[in-house]
Amino acid sequence: MSSSALARDPVEPMTVVSPKIEAKQPTITAPSPEGTAIGVLAARWYRLNKDKLQATLIGATSLVAFLIAWHLLTKYRVVFFVRFTNVPSPLAVYDSFSRAIHDPKFFLHVALSCRRILVGFSLAAVVAIPLGLVMGRFKRIHEMVFPVAEVLRPIPAIAWVPMAIMLWPTNEQSIVFITFLGSFFPILVNTLHGMSLVDPVLVRAARCLGAREASIFREVYFPASLPHIFTGLTVGMGVAWVSLIAAEMISGQYGIGYFTWEAYSLVQYPDIALGMIAIGVLGLASSLLIRAMGRFVMPWGRT
Amino acid sequence: MNQIALNTAETSAGKGHIDVRNFSLSYETIDGSVEAVTDTQIHVNPGEFVSIVGPSGCGKSTLLNAVAGFLKPTTGTVTVDGEAVKGPSADRGMVFQQYSLFPWKTVRENVEFGMKMRGMDRSKRERAARTLLGLAGLEAFEKHYPDRLSGGMKQRVGIVRALATGPKVLLLDEPFGALDAQTRVIMQQILTNMWQRLKISVLFVTHDIDEAIFLSDRVYCMTARPGSIKAEIPIPLERPRQQSMMMSSEFLGLRRGLMSLIREESLKAMGGEITDLGMQGLSIELNGQSLADVL
Repeated sequence: MSSSALARDPVEPMTVVSPKIEAKQPTITAPSPEGTAIGVLAARWYRLNKDKLQATLIGATSLVAFLIAWHLLTKYRVVFFVRFTNVPSPLAVYDSFSRAIHDPKFFLHVALSCRRILVGFSLAAVVAIPLGLVMGRFKRIHEMVFPVAEVLRPIPAIAWVPMAIMLWPTNEQSIVFITFLGSFFPILVNTLHGMSLVDPVLVRAARCLGAREASIFREVYFPASLPHIFTGLTVGMGVAWVSLIAAEMISGQYGIGYFTWEAYSLVQYPDIALGMIAIGVLGLASSLLIRAMGRFVMPWGRT
Repeated sequence: MNQIALNTAETSAGKGHIDVRNFSLSYETIDGSVEAVTDTQIHVNPGEFVSIVGPSGCGKSTLLNAVAGFLKPTTGTVTVDGEAVKGPSADRGMVFQQYSLFPWKTVRENVEFGMKMRGMDRSKRERAARTLLGLAGLEAFEKHYPDRLSGGMKQRVGIVRALATGPKVLLLDEPFGALDAQTRVIMQQILTNMWQRLKISVLFVTHDIDEAIFLSDRVYCMTARPGSIKAEIPIPLERPRQQSMMMSSEFLGLRRGLMSLIREESLKAMGGEITDLGMQGLSIELNGQSLADVL
């Protein structure tokens, strides 16, 4: 090839390309009417939340599949190891639900159960958290209290039912006591655990800044243990419901546990499932409540 | 400039004489007592910046913790301005390697902590904390929780928090050890600026020789365990110090001297398993032969 071709080649594309770029730039920025901007935003939002959307979709699908399976199993009264002969169908349960929401007695059951949880659980928190904090801070108190706690802890709250009936004058009190016992030990154990994990360097830092014992307790040990205390409260709430329902089934006259058991005795099978679902929803709601409280009390945790 | 903040910080000027005499400290173990630090004397004059360097495990942190009041000397005395150290106090501010900020307090609440412990009222300490945070370039982060800060920012908060009570002396235990090299250099500059401004006595523990020389008026070099003072090296570099000084022949000379002192002790600390000769042995020249031929 001649040198003239080589010399011309690099020049030509440059002169051709540069006006092209200038011409292109306005075409990229110019067409931005509302429609496409929203479309772009929506596409971007979809890309960012794709995983969450998929998870929600899959979750919803499996819930629907569960309902369909339940419906089919009860419709055809399947007997295959387990017997679905008397199990109520989802529609029957829905029927009894729409009746129950107009029935003040059903709400009385729910309200009484909630009150028992509130009283029993709150008492447990009020006793177990300070006890755990003090035990975690003072070795002597730990040495005194811990063996007793360890002996009592493995006894399930339900096993206390006969003893509770003997101890307390009224049924109501013994049921609250059972609920209290159920949540007490998870809260205590987790508070102790939280105290044992407090970073000693933070305690030293507080001392260097002139903090005395009471201030260190309030400003360091307590907030440092809070995440574990809330773990204890969440677990304790779960156990509180387990204990409450068992106690209500055995010795109650009211309450959602009693409602469920009574439905069985009175051969109102749809109410059994309704009672179970109500217990599930109440349990979920109360643990969500505790989680929300935790986030409110510990703003440093996330975000 | 806020008057309260500077008052709390500047009342310490002219004070803060640390004196450690005939100091030894030993731990009780099942095999008897183990001496961590033995027969040590150090002192820090008011307003002086003094570093302690030494091989790891030589007891330099032990010594610092004794000055802070966390450890009691087995023999000897630790005094600050003639008063024996009995326990930790806000008179001796301390900065830790692990930052040790309270994660449940915002940056400003962390800085306020010492003033709160003193019973200073809320509005006063808020203003003082803001001013001090301003000096460290952190006013924009006063409402952040420590979790969201970088390591360098956390340690700046740590230093500001320790200074906020107006201590006579500032004790720092490898404060920049966990930071990357660039951040460390900036932090050294910030610390120097604050120290010059507040005229406070500083006792600084590090294993970084460059850092010790760059920051200090004097450097103590410790021996391997049981630790004692091997050498005391004055650093005559003029102030204010610049990063460029680290290339000067004066700096490099000091560095070489300290290096060889520490190297001797580090080898000793490794228990003789690696001698200087052994280290040379690690770089055998094979003269073109394969390893199999040599063996």
